[in-house]
Amino acid sequence: MKYLDEFRDSELAGRVAAEIKRVTTRPWMLMEVCGGQTHSILRFGLDQMLPEQITLIHGPGCPVCVTPVEMIDKALELAARPGVIFCSFGDMLRVPGSATNLLSARAAGAEVRTVYSPLDAVKIATTHPDREVVFFAVGFETTAPATAMAVRQAAERGLKNFSMLTAHVLVPPALESILSAPDCRVQGFLAAGHVCSVMGHQEYEPIARTYRVPIVVTGFEPLDILEGVCWCVRQLEEGRAEVENAYRRVVRREGNRAAMDLVSEVFEAVPRQWRGVGQIPRSGLGLRAPYARFDAERRFTLSTQSVPESAECLIGEVLQGKIRPPQCPQFGTRCTPDHPLGATMVSSEGACAAYYRYREQTV
Amino acid sequence: MSTDPSNPSPTLLSAACPLPASQHPRVLLGHGGGGRLTQELVERMILPAFANAHLDQRHDAAVLPTAGARLAFTTDSHVVHPLFFPGGDLGTLAVNGTLNDLAMSGARPACLSAAFILEEGLPFETLQRIVDSMKRAAAAAGVPIVTGDTKVVERGRGDGIFITTAGLGWIHHTATIAPASVRPGDLLIFSGDLGRHGIAIMATRESLQFESTIESDCASLVEPVLALLEAGIEVHCLRDLTRGGAASALHEIAGAAQLSLFIDEQRVNIRADVRAACEILGLDPMQVACEGRFLLVLPAAAAESALAVLRKFPTSEQAAIVGEVKERGRTPVVLRSRLGPARILEMGSGEQLPRIC
Repeated sequence: MKYLDEFRDSELAGRVAAEIKRVTTRPWMLMEVCGGQTHSILRFGLDQMLPEQITLIHGPGCPVCVTPVEMIDKALELAARPGVIFCSFGDMLRVPGSATNLLSARAAGAEVRTVYSPLDAVKIATTHPDREVVFFAVGFETTAPATAMAVRQAAERGLKNFSMLTAHVLVPPALESILSAPDCRVQGFLAAGHVCSVMGHQEYEPIARTYRVPIVVTGFEPLDILEGVCWCVRQLEEGRAEVENAYRRVVRREGNRAAMDLVSEVFEAVPRQWRGVGQIPRSGLGLRAPYARFDAERRFTLSTQSVPESAECLIGEVLQGKIRPPQCPQFGTRCTPDHPLGATMVSSEGACAAYYRYREQTV
Repeated sequence: MSTDPSNPSPTLLSAACPLPASQHPRVLLGHGGGGRLTQELVERMILPAFANAHLDQRHDAAVLPTAGARLAFTTDSHVVHPLFFPGGDLGTLAVNGTLNDLAMSGARPACLSAAFILEEGLPFETLQRIVDSMKRAAAAAGVPIVTGDTKVVERGRGDGIFITTAGLGWIHHTATIAPASVRPGDLLIFSGDLGRHGIAIMATRESLQFESTIESDCASLVEPVLALLEAGIEVHCLRDLTRGGAASALHEIAGAAQLSLFIDEQRVNIRADVRAACEILGLDPMQVACEGRFLLVLPAAAAESALAVLRKFPTSEQAAIVGEVKERGRTPVVLRSRLGPARILEMGSGEQLPRIC
């Protein structure tokens, strides 16, 4: 298959792996930022192709995982309101709130619909003028343009029955939060290629400079990831700390101007709570004043209180790369994809789910 | 029974105080997905309630001894939305699904029953099209539909039409086609490409547009399976790759036989358009349903002659060896990725949910 098989070629992968081995002289700890990369690494066994000195730490780049319990509870409350059609990406449906999840809410009678695009939710609002349609806007910079487009379409159509519960998050503030932690072990980043396809990689340059850390924009296929590791290790070995783009077939330094303009027309940076991590300033997107009428939290009076996160689930440690999923005492015993304690076990980009799905020691 | 779970647990079945049917208070859509939740439902509620020697075999069809012969008996309910999809409809599924369950025990289907639950307001034209499809599929297999029933429920109390079919078939061979016959060293054959039915349904349901139309693989497997048996090929186990896809079938056999199955990703045939759709949706093609594909487990020495037989039939002309059976290791089903490293092949949980990005 074009653009897929070429990047899964075993001979080429072997060659890049050999090059990594050749340039590595010391132990290095790299963090792949995006959960999609984590899944590729475990699915294709890429970590097993690397020299022992290279440790991959799994980063916080799973939007489903970092959405706080409180936000899931708000979603459940909205979904349960009479007359509401609650639209969400499939990923969010299994994520546990403090008592239940959206799949169970649907079984109990709530109208929860899986959509593939935020624009589908706008369509549903247009065809159901007698119903309140709420979209659960979750995602990093990658999905933000589509969400912004949905808001603009709703405004242009004068929809009065469309709103969104916004949990959008941004990558660079999360990287800074990881780097400024006193026990930070990360020495280099594989930046999330798809986030950079929207945002470009200019905004990572100050981070690389300030924290003296190499950042390599990396794709998601096996060859992309091995290439990213290779470039990052090479920088570390040579004592460089730059932003490099190993995903040139998709990412340009300046990003996608039209998408960025759309996002900044609709959204502004706001402080956001990250599950298991806490609040990070300017790390989320909130609707700007002219679009505030589409904010579900303003439109509906919600009774959801801030809830403490489960002490059993070590999701915060996992998301910050402090522990590996199998090191959590609940992993594979009290916490499984069918009966999860935390989002990382059920999201298609969650690190715990990746280990549960692909790693032998988990069986 | 087509929801044959793996890892039979005798202690569970004989427990005096049954476990709760589920950790979930209500039935979830995922309980019908053919994955771990379905397994939980069947193991905790259905099997303990009706336990008997035939049911406990947990095969696609029960094999009943009668005077001088063995009889295979199976039933399956069919619900699908939309009712019509590229490559088939509810009618073709309802007939072929039950024929295939009989075929998986090596039986020659003798007759079928069909029970219809119709929702008030269903257009007769829709029903006619589905009945015509059933007629064609049954005639193609040479199997009569000999009894049936119709019920109508009020509008809003059904989803248009549900069909339950049951089937009887005669077993003319003496082999035990079951997980218990599987041996280390056996080879695994998939009868064709994987995942087309599930993707065809999902694409129609969600109006996803791909460059070409992906058609369901829905077909009767009776002919290729009987041809294998008539050619005298030693067959150890058969399983159709329906709900839960290849992953569920492999796990069911590995669990019941207490062996490990190794699959070579490189050898598994998944069409480029199906792979692309799965990549976009974040689905594992090995967990996507087929309706006209089966897994064949047989001794290595019989593999080549089996392939020669299978390749004579359009539904199985792309049959290929995809892996082998080994002694039970830590992992029941192992997939060797195309880059070399091995990983577990997971059984799906239940409902397949597309990802965010």
